[in-house]
Amino acid sequence: MCLSIPAKIISIEGENALVSISGMRMNASLSLLSNAKPGDFVLIHSGFSIEIIDREEAEKTLEIVRHIRPIK
Amino acid sequence: MYPFEQYHSKALCQALVDQIHLMADRPLRFMEVCGGHTMAVRKYGIPSLLPDSIMLLSGPGCPVCVTSSLFIDQAIHLAAYDRMTICTFGDLLRVQGTNGSLEKAKTEGKDIRVVLSGLDALEIARQQPEKKIVLLGIGFETTAPTTAATILTARKEKISNFFVLSAHKLMPPAMEAIISEGIPINGYICPGHVTTITGIAMYKKIVENFGIGCVVSGFEPLDLLQTILMLVRQVKANQPKVEIQYSRAVKPEGNPKAMAIIEEVFETVDEWWRGLGILKASGLKPRDSFQDFDASEVFSLPVYEISEPEACICGDILKGLKKPQDCMLYGKNCTPDNPVGACMVSSEGSCQTHYNYAGIN
Ligand code: SF4
Repeated sequence: MCLSIPAKIISIEGENALVSISGMRMNASLSLLSNAKPGDFVLIHSGFSIEIIDREEAEKTLEIVRHIRPIK
Repeated sequence: MYPFEQYHSKALCQALVDQIHLMADRPLRFMEVCGGHTMAVRKYGIPSLLPDSIMLLSGPGCPVCVTSSLFIDQAIHLAAYDRMTICTFGDLLRVQGTNGSLEKAKTEGKDIRVVLSGLDALEIARQQPEKKIVLLGIGFETTAPTTAATILTARKEKISNFFVLSAHKLMPPAMEAIISEGIPINGYICPGHVTTITGIAMYKKIVENFGIGCVVSGFEPLDLLQTILMLVRQVKANQPKVEIQYSRAVKPEGNPKAMAIIEEVFETVDEWWRGLGILKASGLKPRDSFQDFDASEVFSLPVYEISEPEACICGDILKGLKKPQDCMLYGKNCTPDNPVGACMVSSEGSCQTHYNYAGIN
């Protein structure tokens, strides 16, 4: 139930954002976030954006795994 | 572009799997406490990739699964009020109360609607001021702020026909109860989106008091495997600690705005959990200052006795003591099409996920 889906913010009007989830558009409330902007990826849960996805961190996580030495 | 696909990379996942096999030199039991993880673990066949010595257990992390028959009975009682509309998240519809489910009440003509967001319920209240709209508030710290924010909007817009029947719950008391009951686990796979809201401070007690490591995990296969590797490393180094694997969505401090909204609207109450009983300060109820929105204060609600379906062992499954296959009804009298207990009703319940992904695990 805590399922939250990544979506990209297309535009913002007041406390509402128009977001795109793999091409599908919907509205999401921004009332739980303070600093989201168009272009950000956010996590949508139950009609609300609950966090901005940190793309640098997303890359860092992958980088750590890429550095694991393969075992022959 | 958000590098989403790479979290499914076979090569990267294999590197993690190899490491886990290399490091795992003793029997280990890790528990996830999030329905989303229960589902992802099964869907991606994670157990089949792990050495036999590592066992993954599902804890009480599916809100529908831990909800009591009392809550369902009260919701059905409310539905009988004049000009009443009950709004609920989908899975709850089929959970059995003492005398049937919300789905049954709906077929009997009660106005019960499935919503995807509390805001949808509020919109119905706006459109139909002559009706009373009750939102059934279930879910953990991820969902609680969305209910709280909906109540704040209702207050701001002076909407007086919107109410919440809250069974919102808090994760840490259940995680502590599991360990206090003596259920042997070596680490917690902590719920990603709960922690997005709360931050990680709440896990420190678990590490300090019980010596059990907590790693906050994402939901993709790479996330889950990396989390398991982090937990294995902690155990091997004998250094239990709180770590965040899901750093792209979880900050150590969480989402302070969402936490402030929960704090403003709700106060903690003792709450019943399937399998664990009543846990102190593990539930959320609107504060006195938001009484006008609290369905349990505005309407008179009988207190029903909590009943459990006969032979259903969902309570023990939610504690990791038993597996769905241990239940004599599993796959026979109890299937997703015809669920007996809550763990088979919810798409993220242990019984339903085992059943749906039986072929790959
Ligand atoms: S299989 Fe059905 S009856 Fe058995 S424990 Fe699971 S939900 Fe309960």
